[in-house]
Amino acid sequence: MRLSIKDLCFGYNGSLALEDIAIDVSEGQVVSLVGPNGAGKSTLLKCIDRILKPNRGSVLVDGRDLARMSGKEISRSMGYVPQSTAEVFPYTVFDIVMMGRRPHIGWRVTQRDISVVAETLRFMGIERFSSRYFDELSGGEKQKIAMARALAQEPKILLLDEPTSNLDILHQLELMKTIQRLVRERGISAVMAMHDLNLASRFSHRVVMLKDRMIHEIGSPEEVFTQENIRSVYGVRAEVLVGCDGRPYILPLEAV
Amino acid sequence: MDISDENTAQEAISAEATYLQASWRKVAISLLLLAVLIVVAVLAISLGAASLGAFESFSAVLSWLLPMEEPSRLAQMVVLQLRLPRIIMAVMTGLSLGIAGAAMQGVLRNPLVSPYTLGLSSGAACGAALAIVMGAEGGSYVIVLSAFSFSLLTMVIVYSISRIKGTSVETLILAGVAMGYLFSAIISSFKYVSGHEELREIVFWLMGGLYTSRWENLTILVPLVLVLTLAIMRYSWDLNALSAGEEVAKSLGIDVGRVRVICLSLASVLTAAVISFTGIIGFIGLVSPHLCRLLVGSDHRYLIPASGLMGALVLLISDTACRTAIQPTEIPVGIVTSFIGVPFFLYLLVRKKRRWWQ
Repeated sequence: MRLSIKDLCFGYNGSLALEDIAIDVSEGQVVSLVGPNGAGKSTLLKCIDRILKPNRGSVLVDGRDLARMSGKEISRSMGYVPQSTAEVFPYTVFDIVMMGRRPHIGWRVTQRDISVVAETLRFMGIERFSSRYFDELSGGEKQKIAMARALAQEPKILLLDEPTSNLDILHQLELMKTIQRLVRERGISAVMAMHDLNLASRFSHRVVMLKDRMIHEIGSPEEVFTQENIRSVYGVRAEVLVGCDGRPYILPLEAV
Repeated sequence: MDISDENTAQEAISAEATYLQASWRKVAISLLLLAVLIVVAVLAISLGAASLGAFESFSAVLSWLLPMEEPSRLAQMVVLQLRLPRIIMAVMTGLSLGIAGAAMQGVLRNPLVSPYTLGLSSGAACGAALAIVMGAEGGSYVIVLSAFSFSLLTMVIVYSISRIKGTSVETLILAGVAMGYLFSAIISSFKYVSGHEELREIVFWLMGGLYTSRWENLTILVPLVLVLTLAIMRYSWDLNALSAGEEVAKSLGIDVGRVRVICLSLASVLTAAVISFTGIIGFIGLVSPHLCRLLVGSDHRYLIPASGLMGALVLLISDTACRTAIQPTEIPVGIVTSFIGVPFFLYLLVRKKRRWWQ
């Protein structure tokens, strides 16, 4: 599925949080949103999923305007993984991932719902936790469960809000590899808000750099991660090296 | 297929099997609760101040249902006009409070919420006290209507206040607690100015009781409770999704604002409808959902009905104890539910192996 964001603007109580955002994401692409705190990365993700309603502009999925689709329809094509998940009440892992079937379920859980959930748990490598309670698990496992819930929706587009920010380097790599597999094997497109520039550089097809509510630069990691861009967007002097995979590798040196 | 593939395939099957097994367990526990409720209700028919044997009591019920020899007038009177409506009233009230409690906790994502914390009970009490002070006779429909309207008015006020701050859950709960205090103050001032008879009446209402149960009340209540219960249960999936947070719920296609208003309204009407007849019966709305989370987990598809059955069971046992413990007088049921329930609840709270909520 093709996602296009056109002239999107969003504001909280009169002050603008996003201005004139236009991004195209084609099928099977990984797009990272980077930028300093408060640049609007998370807000943009929420606007794409219509968790927040944009004031102006539109989000199209295969040419269809999300504003004209029901919540249920949107949730069948898009999954959202929040930065952190907290459950107030005790649910088992299977129950939580089953919630992702909400867009497809009437009242009864069908055999297909159960198979999709079990298959998703296996894909994420967390089936051994299936009957454990969510609050007993570690941060990395919780992140996988949140992602499994979004995948159980069987979406074509996955939106992730800083998926690696609470994880150690092993879990960071595992998570990014999983996203890569999803994109390759299932043709899912992923849009991620990222703080870690090196992970973004290594795993994204395209990078959108946000600064002060607007797009500063959009393009391949090589095009976006330059010394000038990092200086003007983050106010940081950085060295940009070439990593072993040929991608830019950013070494922050000092504040300008 | 190498060995690791085989292992993962097996694990996936076992994940499915475990889930199905857990689902059946939850159904079985719910049915067990229902069975226990029926047994207790049948026992309760034969218990009471009037000295009637079990055989006489049951034959009074049976003679009403089936054409057979008429039992004594006393048995008919006591069983059919006093005990039976009271038992049904206890079941309906407990059911409603349990279900409303589970729905409110779910929709507000807060384990401390109950009809009491949201000010509904205090609102109802204030309405009843007002009607009594204005001269309504004990047990009359004026009191019921006044209590009902005040209770719903409270919910409208609390919700409207929270709307000002973008319907945040915290504001809603705090507004409910604050309104509860305000109504308590109003009730106290009513007590202060009222005469001896009225004061007695108000105090009785505040303690709650099922002694006013009559068939004509039940003909209104039973259909209302059943319709509202089914209506609330339709939102089980939405309540499940909501517990993961508003954003996740929205991303799952749920109109959070709408679900919140509908569920709160349904639960409020359900609560107001029963407590305006019975007076304040605390604790059941708070505790039934917690007990049932322990038994059937947090999935609202099972939690809501189980919590209703648990509420009905707890209230029926308490009320039966009330009317049989110190014969021929009776203890107000609100006192008994708290005396039995609170220590039991605290015991579970301390003993539990894992946290029930964050």
